[in-house]
Amino acid sequence: MNGNGNLRVGLYICHCGTNIAGTIDVKAVAAWGETLPGVVVSREYKYMCSDPGQQLIVDDVREQHLNRIVVASCSPLLHEQTFRGATAKAGLNPFFFHMVNVREHDSWVHEDKQAATEKAKDLIRAAVRRVAFHKPLEKKRVPIHPDVLIVGGGIAGIHAALTLANAGKHVYLVEREPTIGGHMAKFDKTFPTLDCAACILTPKMTAVKKHPNITLWTLSDVTQIEGYVGNFTVTVKRHPRYIIEDLCVGCLECIEACVYKQAKYPDEFNLGLGKRKPIYIPFPQAVPQLPVIDRETCIEFKSGRCKKTCVEVCGDRKAIDFKQQESTETINVGSVILATGFQVFDARRLPYYGYGKFPNVYTSLEAERLINAAGPTQGEVILRDGRKPKTVGILHCIGSRDENTNRWCSRVCCMYSLKLAHLIKEHTGAEIFNFYIDIRTPGKGFEEFYQRLLNEGVHFIRGKGAEINTWPLDPSEEGKLIIRVEDTLIGKIRRIPVDMVVLSVGLEPHADAGDVRRLFNISCSSEGWFLERHPKLAPVNTFTDGIFLAGCCQGPKDIPDSVAQAGAAAAESLALIDSKFVELEPNTAYILEEACSGCKTCIPLCPYSAISFVEAKKKAEINEALCKGCGTCVAACPSGSIRQNLFEDEEIFEEIKGVLAHA
Amino acid sequence: MPEAKPETPAVGPKRFEPRIVAFFCNWCTYLAADLAGTSRMKYAPNMRVIRTMCSGRVDPQFVLDAFAHGADGVLIGGCHPGDCHYQEGNYKALRRVHLLKRLLREMGIEEERFRLEWISAAEADRLKTAVNDMVEKVRALGPLRLETTAEFFPEEVKVA
Amino acid sequence: MTDKPKVAFYWCASCGGCEEAVVDLAEGVLNVVAAVDIAFWPVALDFKRRDVEAMADGALLASFVNGAIRTTEQEEMAHLLRHKSQVLVAFGSCAQLGGIPGLANLSSRDEIFQTVYKEAPSTVNPEGALPKSLHRDNGDCVSLPGFYETVRALNQVVDVDYYIPGCPPTPKIIQQAVEALLSGKAPEKGSVLAPDRALCDECPRKDTRPEKLTLTAFKRPQEILIDAEKCLLAQGVVCLGPATRGGCEALCTRGNMPCTGCFGPTSRVRDFGAKALSATASIIDSNDEKQIDQILDTLPDPVGLFYRYSLPASLLRRKKLPEQPATKGCAPKAG
Repeated sequence: MNGNGNLRVGLYICHCGTNIAGTIDVKAVAAWGETLPGVVVSREYKYMCSDPGQQLIVDDVREQHLNRIVVASCSPLLHEQTFRGATAKAGLNPFFFHMVNVREHDSWVHEDKQAATEKAKDLIRAAVRRVAFHKPLEKKRVPIHPDVLIVGGGIAGIHAALTLANAGKHVYLVEREPTIGGHMAKFDKTFPTLDCAACILTPKMTAVKKHPNITLWTLSDVTQIEGYVGNFTVTVKRHPRYIIEDLCVGCLECIEACVYKQAKYPDEFNLGLGKRKPIYIPFPQAVPQLPVIDRETCIEFKSGRCKKTCVEVCGDRKAIDFKQQESTETINVGSVILATGFQVFDARRLPYYGYGKFPNVYTSLEAERLINAAGPTQGEVILRDGRKPKTVGILHCIGSRDENTNRWCSRVCCMYSLKLAHLIKEHTGAEIFNFYIDIRTPGKGFEEFYQRLLNEGVHFIRGKGAEINTWPLDPSEEGKLIIRVEDTLIGKIRRIPVDMVVLSVGLEPHADAGDVRRLFNISCSSEGWFLERHPKLAPVNTFTDGIFLAGCCQGPKDIPDSVAQAGAAAAESLALIDSKFVELEPNTAYILEEACSGCKTCIPLCPYSAISFVEAKKKAEINEALCKGCGTCVAACPSGSIRQNLFEDEEIFEEIKGVLAHA
Repeated sequence: MPEAKPETPAVGPKRFEPRIVAFFCNWCTYLAADLAGTSRMKYAPNMRVIRTMCSGRVDPQFVLDAFAHGADGVLIGGCHPGDCHYQEGNYKALRRVHLLKRLLREMGIEEERFRLEWISAAEADRLKTAVNDMVEKVRALGPLRLETTAEFFPEEVKVA
Repeated sequence: MTDKPKVAFYWCASCGGCEEAVVDLAEGVLNVVAAVDIAFWPVALDFKRRDVEAMADGALLASFVNGAIRTTEQEEMAHLLRHKSQVLVAFGSCAQLGGIPGLANLSSRDEIFQTVYKEAPSTVNPEGALPKSLHRDNGDCVSLPGFYETVRALNQVVDVDYYIPGCPPTPKIIQQAVEALLSGKAPEKGSVLAPDRALCDECPRKDTRPEKLTLTAFKRPQEILIDAEKCLLAQGVVCLGPATRGGCEALCTRGNMPCTGCFGPTSRVRDFGAKALSATASIIDSNDEKQIDQILDTLPDPVGLFYRYSLPASLLRRKKLPEQPATKGCAPKAG
């Protein structure tokens, strides 16, 4: 037993109610467990993770002088720490414990009770054999850097930043657009209360800018992150705005003074529905309150021969700098909150709805801008052909709940469609038709809002819009967009001619979400949303310690949910920071110095440069602080001179023998 | 460590039940197996998972040792290329697996008995498919019985 | 006869190089001869098997057995010497690990017989006769040892006390081992009597290996003009020095040839070939499957490369036979 004296194993099999015991014959397994060499106590218990369950371990260690503990229950991800704690409480080194996953990996995935029971025995036998070789280990304690990086300046990022900053922590808020605010800044009203998005958002945006604890970097990307929980080193690339932030007072006279008297270029913030100049501010309440120069359209950048009236009007402030270069900032933070949001579904992917072909087909986000008083039409719903719509069709589930595009429900579309129906009706008095598969209103005040719309005389046709065309069958359809739909309530194909169509596009992960995920070393669901550590119990954590999620990057959600999640992420981050130290798993690799031949095979394999060659000794050396415990060097060391705590060769060989020993 | 009582395999004599030893990385494939559990997916009960932190930790010795101790198949599960929690441990695994496959071919061990699968934490379905597929393919091949191939045959040699 | 301790030397499936190695001790062999009585050494002295059979159990202080176990006779002799010896030493790569003869485990016995007795261009055997372990002709009875399906290392047949590695063991290694055994300061049973560090430790080229060496092609020694000073791996030549136990004083790399692994693995490794393979594959400089395969194409015959001396002692032990012949006799216990 690896020099640890007499092996005395305590083996505990958890019923987990019926989760395990319903499939695995836990009593038989416990009885069988007593026959395993080294096992002194073998018990089954209803809930091992409960206090009395843990107390069993503590009592048995004291009374039976156990020196190793094996618990067969759920995934180690859930309760490894719990049982290590119980082992420690009993006075043993917590690493004299090993956990067997007989729930997620066995009882929940098999129906054949006998086969599942045999599998549990194999896995337990492997663990009992393995645990004999466990060594006492200590967790390494590393101080946590109190600063926090937040990526994405939408409502989730803003809320998390303010929460942390108000708690006295320094926050770096990095946003790639010229302004923070995200999607919410584009909305007119918010459902179901119909309060004005700008009225509730812009004060928070301003607070971010003013907050002494927040460093706000717009037009910036995180390009690199190294380190581990508590100690990340982050590289941020700051793209030039061509405006010197410290010198600009935000008077915006330069925009007025631009050689272009009229705005000429499509305005991104208004989704191309309005125009802007080469020097512009995305929207009047943008934060930071600074103009930005678009080098693609600015004459000075294109020809170098502009009169530079903007520079003239800026005068002594000299805030415009055409030579501004990209810069790089390196910061140290202890935790990261990802709040990178979503993108809306591109309706062009479904050509039968005519988006991009028929000018009066809009996306819902465009509709938000059209009805927004600060939008391109000052809140008047005027179509691209200058008319006011008399009839409007709103098609739900465009790019949601669709086998051909995205299968998920985007959660917010029903409610925002109802909101748009209400607002368009309010603005234009038009007759409104909603085309829906199901109306989903599970939220506080949502169903009531739906009832309100029904009472307002908005039409609801149950059926997903099939096609938009412009082929009239009779004079009343002349010049109209004709929505073809199967009305599933009356079982008929219908044609509804309208003046304006709004496509309620779904939410999907950013096109570059995969890159962000790789950068931060986290996982994605198969749809591409960032994956939370546990769907119920750790919804804002990721599998990478110290990296948290907020808002729609984790999945579609509305504003209150985003804000709640942002608060949760901030709280998790605060809890981490206030714990002052992080305990790292001691699963690091180490070199048997006497045995190392200095062959250098391991050195290029370490992605963290934790292995160096010490010339004086002509041997390799591992810097424990840099080692993250992947074990790649251990597998490669040709003379077996590198080992890994918790994953020693002997331990794994014993597991192999253990799972196969029943033959 | 011989055990007190010899055990009989649970499965009946009707059908050969292959024994698959799997080495899953902690961050992707092990989690996919957890997700398969929480999603109550059902797959063949022939696999026994051994957890390593990274597929890069899987020493070719482990694979051979599993075969030598009676495994009919060995499955390594790691993160997709580019997604390794440790940046590129899975690429190290990939290189070793490619060479090991050549070696196993030379040793007469059928290709279907040794697999490397990239399965992310979200791909429970892929895990299920991979396990079921491997179990069926190995079942079709029959037992590997390496321990008996090492037996020797001192009986008289017949004249051809 | 004096009271000097008695020792025996015996050869099984081997090339004779290990016997040469004993003779190569030169003056050193005289010291050995002076210290012991050689009671059995078929290659040099005229003692017979029956002489050994007549000895009391444990009468021999030590037996040095080289060669792998291929035939029934070799197995019988291994058992006989085990009984008669206080200490049984596996001498050389073949006895320790199976050695070069162990590569025959890539073929079945039938394939070997077909090739050797029928298909080889130099064979004339119109009747297609194959050796038989018992042949009767006109009342005469001729016997030959039985030929096993699988080659084994000595410790897969009998209990072995010590191992002297090498193909063949070097004089220095032999001398040190014999001295250790005679001095009574014998190391722990089961030890390999050589340093437990890999060869790089004593290789004169060690310092020339770059810290971060990765390769896009492997070279065979005959394909390049080998630089006499530089680390062979750095020149793309597969050198198994990093995986191989030292103690030979880097004879091959000093002779401008790569280490092929005859001293076997260190005590920390269970399967030499697997570890050598792992280290070699790890330094491939590509993450692309196709490119990796192209690079691996420059490594023909991985078994021959990584298990040149150790196939029978490997975890897989032999190539899987296409079908299981009817088994007779006892199966060897798993190593």
